[in-house]
Amino acid sequence: MTVMTGDIATYNFAYLDEQTKRMIRRAILKAIAIPGYQVPFASREMPMPYGWGTGGVQVTASIIGPDDTLKVIDQGADDTTNAVSIRAFFQKVANVAVTTHTRDATIIQTRHRIPEEPLTEGQVLVYQVPIPEPLRFLEPRETETRKMHALEEYGLMHVKLYEDIARHGHIATTYAYPVLVADRYVMDPSPTPKFDNPKMDMSPALQLFGAGREKRIYAIPPYTRVVSLDFEDHPFEIQSFEEPCALCAAEGVYLDEVILDDHGGRMFVCSDTDHCEERLAQGHKGRLAAEDAYAAKEPAQ
Amino acid sequence: MSSLFEDAAPLLSVDGLTKFYGPRIGCRDVSFDVYPGEVVAIVGESGSGKTTLLNCISTRLEPSSGTVGYRMRDGKTRDLYRMSEAERRLLMRTDWGFVHQNPADGLRMTVSAGANVGERLMAVGERHYGRIRETATGWLERVEIAEDRIDDQPRAFSGGMRQRLQIARNLVTGPRLVFMDEPTGGLDVSVQARLLDLLRGLVADLGLAAIVVTHDLAVARLLSHRMIVMKGGDVVEAGLTDRVLDDPQAPYTQLLVSSILQV
Repeated sequence: MTVMTGDIATYNFAYLDEQTKRMIRRAILKAIAIPGYQVPFASREMPMPYGWGTGGVQVTASIIGPDDTLKVIDQGADDTTNAVSIRAFFQKVANVAVTTHTRDATIIQTRHRIPEEPLTEGQVLVYQVPIPEPLRFLEPRETETRKMHALEEYGLMHVKLYEDIARHGHIATTYAYPVLVADRYVMDPSPTPKFDNPKMDMSPALQLFGAGREKRIYAIPPYTRVVSLDFEDHPFEIQSFEEPCALCAAEGVYLDEVILDDHGGRMFVCSDTDHCEERLAQGHKGRLAAEDAYAAKEPAQ
Repeated sequence: MSSLFEDAAPLLSVDGLTKFYGPRIGCRDVSFDVYPGEVVAIVGESGSGKTTLLNCISTRLEPSSGTVGYRMRDGKTRDLYRMSEAERRLLMRTDWGFVHQNPADGLRMTVSAGANVGERLMAVGERHYGRIRETATGWLERVEIAEDRIDDQPRAFSGGMRQRLQIARNLVTGPRLVFMDEPTGGLDVSVQARLLDLLRGLVADLGLAAIVVTHDLAVARLLSHRMIVMKGGDVVEAGLTDRVLDDPQAPYTQLLVSSILQV
């Protein structure tokens, strides 16, 4: 335990008190022991509003140590409000090293993306989850959904997918796409695009999910089977993009659409900013890349 | 008790079923058997314990005492309240059906008619969209709902259509026993007549056993082979439907039969 001094306000290391961290760690251990199962925990009030990642922050605060290196992303980006403020929060209350490079990080807290660079053993990915219950919109009763999980009654999940096909001709769910974890629990992978679902399967990294408002923690241990639900005649598919990233020309990555003007001009750029910048530094150049922003500093290889 | 189906083993046997709500009686010491393919009506006035009885039999409400035995598909009779909850729930969505008085209780109002019918299939592991849809279309046709309504939500359906959809949703897994709680309640008479006609046809075609709770003696007359008359939680009379209605023995049944308005 490190107590910071020298400022008017002093915090316990990583903001939460030790009893709270102990309670959350116990919930995390239980969650790891039962992959995909939602463990209730006594979520604390955090100095940010619900919906800003209070669950993820509590999980991160409970597992972070002085030797850790933290990366925080929001929709793949390191430089958006949510990412910047959470990163600053942990710099202040835990005084840990921070980074934007996926491979240097030991803990990555994420809102709705999994980094493009494959994660490795020893890394922990912490998700911020708004609604942990995958069956919620079909079955409003919590008592009933718990029973359905307990008895493995997951027919209802397919009703949702059936509705998609009946209405749109294909499975139109593009984010928060339900998965079956370790052949037992159906889980909501938080609102990540379904593009990222295959990355969860047999991932060498530990994946932790925290929902602060709903007071649930769940987990996927490393090397766990994660299968996206589908129909035999409508198999699971990830999104594909017609053009590469306009900045770094990357293909096979998740792209964000950016509107450029009011005449229909648009560009598609990497949602993962770290990945995009790294490729730019390597000299990859897309359609709309700045002429010599990076090229001048580091010549193309 | 005499029966049309004396030689077969009963599908469901209720023995000494009693339900107390605190000091009040829901139903007291009810015993009867239901044979495969037989329709039993439970009639009585409001508050006579018929819905309590139905809920106790269908495992929706735990009785205070008594047993309910059900002959499973493997031929063994098992006590419903000694089965695990998982087994009971599996039974409810495969081998049984439950038709509610208010279709909104039995349907998912926010998903399409096709998904409503297909839900049970998906619950027992069907994972082929094309086949689910084909089965759903077939069932909608059987209950006289136009095929082009398959993607409409039940919210857009009339009361009669909702009730027919609820019936299709229950029958899609080929159940052997269907519970119905006032299936024609809240429908106007011409729609009632068509629904009864449909039910009678389906029950005969599929060889279903059914337990129908109703306060409407005409429904009992049209649908059921046997009936049980209840009052104040007790069974006052039981027997073949025609016998009970044409030659009521108990004073209460006589009162009930004579209170039907003759038009």
